[in-house]
Amino acid sequence: MVILDYGSGNLRSAERALQRVGADVEVTADHRAALNADGLAVPGVGAFAACMAGLRAVGGERIIGKRLAGGRPVLGICVGMQVLFERGVEHGVEETGCGEWPGTVERLRADVLPHMGWNTVRAPAESRLFAGLGPDTRFYFVHSFAVRRWEMPPSDMFQPPLVTWAHHGEDFVAAVENGPLAATQFHPEKSGDAGATLLENWLKDVVG
Amino acid sequence: MAVAVRVIPCLDVDRGRVVKGVNFTNLVDAGDPVELAHAYDAEGADELTFLDVTASSSDRETTYDVVRRTAEQVFIPLTVGGGVRGVDDVDRLLRAGADKVSINTAAIARPELLGEASRRFGAQCVVLSVDARRVAEGGQPTPSGFEVTTHGGRRGTGIDAVEWAARGQELGVGEILLNSMDADGTRAGFDLELIRLVRKVVDVPLIASGGAGTVEHFAPAVDAGADAVLAASVFHFGTLRIGEVKDSLRAAGVEIR
Repeated sequence: MVILDYGSGNLRSAERALQRVGADVEVTADHRAALNADGLAVPGVGAFAACMAGLRAVGGERIIGKRLAGGRPVLGICVGMQVLFERGVEHGVEETGCGEWPGTVERLRADVLPHMGWNTVRAPAESRLFAGLGPDTRFYFVHSFAVRRWEMPPSDMFQPPLVTWAHHGEDFVAAVENGPLAATQFHPEKSGDAGATLLENWLKDVVG
Repeated sequence: MAVAVRVIPCLDVDRGRVVKGVNFTNLVDAGDPVELAHAYDAEGADELTFLDVTASSSDRETTYDVVRRTAEQVFIPLTVGGGVRGVDDVDRLLRAGADKVSINTAAIARPELLGEASRRFGAQCVVLSVDARRVAEGGQPTPSGFEVTTHGGRRGTGIDAVEWAARGQELGVGEILLNSMDADGTRAGFDLELIRLVRKVVDVPLIASGGAGTVEHFAPAVDAGADAVLAASVFHFGTLRIGEVKDSLRAAGVEIR
């Protein structure tokens, strides 16, 4: 397992949480290691633009793209999920994301921001990430920006991604499962036992 | 369903050891912050706060070590405050594994520190800690009647506490930790008026602190506008359990984890 080190956030927590569920983890920006690992986790905190800049500086966009082309699992966490979308808009400035999914990351409309704390999610019944985690399960969120509309048109050509929603002021995307590409807006590495179960599910079912 | 109100125990840590009484059963070492963090996590704490009260900066290495060891073993969010003087201190604490860093006195001396930290690390990890008390009779009046204090409430600054919280939000902090120095240690309940006044002017999350004595004290703080409630001694002395506080909040119709 590789955690992509591109200068964003508390990578140590993600490392320890994955180790806790039995993964052999390396935190690195090394291309070869990141390309060849069984699973790649891309965490991220702070601003969308800063994360994209950091990601580009280590060739992260290409690493993610190449891995997905080869069907190799990638897990985005928090801003690491946001940058997988087409674009982010912060303080009126638009920044291009990795574009794996259509959609815009923008400021949530809620009375209190950041959305900080433990919230429930609505996962599709077929979800593998949330297997064994009931509807009352809470995960730790901390963010002000989110994807407020899922914009991928339905298609007969492929299996539609599974989208999990959460609510803070309004609905937003809390997780996406799309073949080898999965992502969560919340922090599984900070979500106690529930987060550990989710990471274990990812390791077992997605990474294999 | 909505985001749950957080119940947060706060540990005072001096040179790597928990100070103030700790009355947990089944602890091998009641002074070990890591073991206590585990115990609180197991009891259902939604987050942990360490307040570093280490006086000498030469002893501060032990704090980083404690933060590191806690973050490696406890998988809920950790806020660390106390003695944060500059952006480099914030950086070191975040690197050690803190998720959020709270800034208090240093921001009073130099408010720009809040903006600098927020821009560099993101608003989500910068907490402004405000030690507020009612202006004493004969003291310099402030518009809200509350002023910011330093030195554990002993020294007034003449700065309006409510305006200061609003200023913190403007400067980019992601959360306000509001400590009532009047209520602190009284166990007579939170200062609801203070919470209401600050809630009116900030829309970042607000943590209420100071005055918790019984389980019934917590729901009124939430009604007054707190997104999270923090207590220290009542948890350490075993007077209240996290679970009891949550049961009481739930019974009052508050969403909890």
